[in-house]
Amino acid sequence: MTYWAVRAGAGWLVVLVPLVVIIVVAPDHPTWLVVATVVEAVVGALHVLVMPRWRFRVHRWEVTDQALYTQSGWFTVERRVAPISRIQTVDTERGPLEQLFGLTKVTITTASAAGPLKIHGLDAVTAARLADELTTGTGGDGT
Amino acid sequence: MNDWRRLDPRVLAIRPIEGLIRAAVPLLVVFFSGSGDGPGQWISVAAAALVVLAGIMHWFTTRYRITDTQVELRTGLLRRRHVAVPLDRVRSVDVTASVMHRLLRVAVVKIGTGRQDKGKHDELRLDAVSAGEARALRSELLHRQNAPVAAASPAADPTRHPTQDATAYPAPYSAPAEVMLSEFDPAWVRFAPFTLSGLATVGAITGYVFHLLNEAHIDPGRVGEVRSFAGVLSRTSLPLLALAVLVILVLLASAFSTAGYLLAFWGFRLTRHPGGSLHVQRGLLTSRSVSLEERRLRGVEIREPLLLRLVTGARLVAIATGMREDRGSDKGGELLQPPAPLALTHRVAALVLGTTDPTTAALRMHGPAARRRRYLRALAAAVVVLAVFVVLRVLGALPNWPWWLAALLVPIAAVVARDRYRSLGHTVVAGYLVTRHGSIDRRTAALRTDGIIGWRLKQTFFQRRAGLATLTATTAGGHGAYHVPDVPLREALDCAEDAVPGLLAPFLAPAPPRSPR
Repeated sequence: MTYWAVRAGAGWLVVLVPLVVIIVVAPDHPTWLVVATVVEAVVGALHVLVMPRWRFRVHRWEVTDQALYTQSGWFTVERRVAPISRIQTVDTERGPLEQLFGLTKVTITTASAAGPLKIHGLDAVTAARLADELTTGTGGDGT
Repeated sequence: MNDWRRLDPRVLAIRPIEGLIRAAVPLLVVFFSGSGDGPGQWISVAAAALVVLAGIMHWFTTRYRITDTQVELRTGLLRRRHVAVPLDRVRSVDVTASVMHRLLRVAVVKIGTGRQDKGKHDELRLDAVSAGEARALRSELLHRQNAPVAAASPAADPTRHPTQDATAYPAPYSAPAEVMLSEFDPAWVRFAPFTLSGLATVGAITGYVFHLLNEAHIDPGRVGEVRSFAGVLSRTSLPLLALAVLVILVLLASAFSTAGYLLAFWGFRLTRHPGGSLHVQRGLLTSRSVSLEERRLRGVEIREPLLLRLVTGARLVAIATGMREDRGSDKGGELLQPPAPLALTHRVAALVLGTTDPTTAALRMHGPAARRRRYLRALAAAVVVLAVFVVLRVLGALPNWPWWLAALLVPIAAVVARDRYRSLGHTVVAGYLVTRHGSIDRRTAALRTDGIIGWRLKQTFFQRRAGLATLTATTAGGHGAYHVPDVPLREALDCAEDAVPGLLAPFLAPAPPRSPR
């Protein structure tokens, strides 16, 4: 949850900081620029406050003998299901920000170009166990 | 048969000429741009020599072989490349021959593998082998299990040089055992003007002419005839001029569409080989022949763009795994039937699938909420455009007529929304998931349920409020994903359960997904 907040916050800062700098440095900035900056700051703050909680309540995943299920998103909710037998690859991945929080992202792809399942924010142990579980015991072509 | 084979020596004549033609424009520009005998002429002559040399080297550096387990290709002089593909991953064999290839009786063989990734590197391309060798390769690669005799046929015998293969080209690819599913009928050409494919050609030619004029430093305004013509134009009223341009454009586009249709689809035949594959053959000048294993077939898709639908025409496209993502109209699948009467297209679909055509099944409508959403979205877009033009008019930036035109969008949007809703539908019938959507580009896809390898259920905030969801079946073939848009959530779950029993159910029973809202 904090991870999402930090990531979203960083995104907004990238936009906001240059604007603030321009306002501070350039004395003859137009009024609309100030208005735009304030509006953006408010929207950004709301996004950072609301989105991670909302997202955390939506995100979930489940794995059974036959299939893997994920649910993600916040404003747009998407659920994906894939049978274990059709799984092609399992990637575990950790970005710099994710390492800071000790989180791992697991991406599970099938033979379809349009349907990778992603599970965000797992702790390293769970992620490794999941990857093991999913990669053992698949056979066949999977298309 | 495990020896390395070379390409056909006739390539020595074709490759350099092809290379020169491809490089002709820049070469000529460089040649003529320098005044007198400047360095430009020498550079272009040297470049042309290089192109010819590269074409010749292609033959010397390329070798291929088919072993018991894989196809291998070695190519390249400076950048050597060695590709090996396991035989059981070969999913399609595509034989193309341009006019020059056909004159010399050779053909380019492309061996497609199952990757959906973009990029040419996974494709084995033999450019070129003799026509007989191409035919032998195809049966060797595709009908291994069913017809091992093919490997022993004389054309595939490496002890015999390919040029000795005297089989006449273009001899028919089909043995008498092949079953004809569809054959070109000149009457189909009447659908050509409705495909709009010519419009792109007209655009490209216009662009090219202007580019040439620009390149040659010709200012059209300085040519006397053009100037007097422009003078006549400037005295004509604007609406009349617009009408004239439109008529000319429509005529040109129709002419080019028809020409394009004939070039691409002349001699079209769709046949079924007893070895378990479908063959598509077509092309007036450049002949193209594609084979597709039937076990890779996951369904079919009927495409009816608005104009084609007005004259009840349709195209049929295969949903198959391991097909190359093509450009333009063939995108996302191999063409099984060029634009032709709808009834015929349905008939071909039934023949291909070997059942009654699932795309003719009665579809479930998606209900009032989906209809509201169609209208809301179409009208909202039209109103936004209208509002922008009205505001610009009030600000005095534009004259009156733009917003009058924009106002026309509103009734058009309503008509489109109505049609979009009427097109919307889905059903699960006899082992196929059938879904239809779209108005301007309406598509009906029938996907075999055992080809579905996952589900996506997507709900935006507004869809949740309306109790709708977009159900997407993912598959390894075609586009990779087939959508059932804006279906009531309950029906989406039922549909998924009907199509692939037991896949979604375990996740619904213990913890039902968050109900809409």
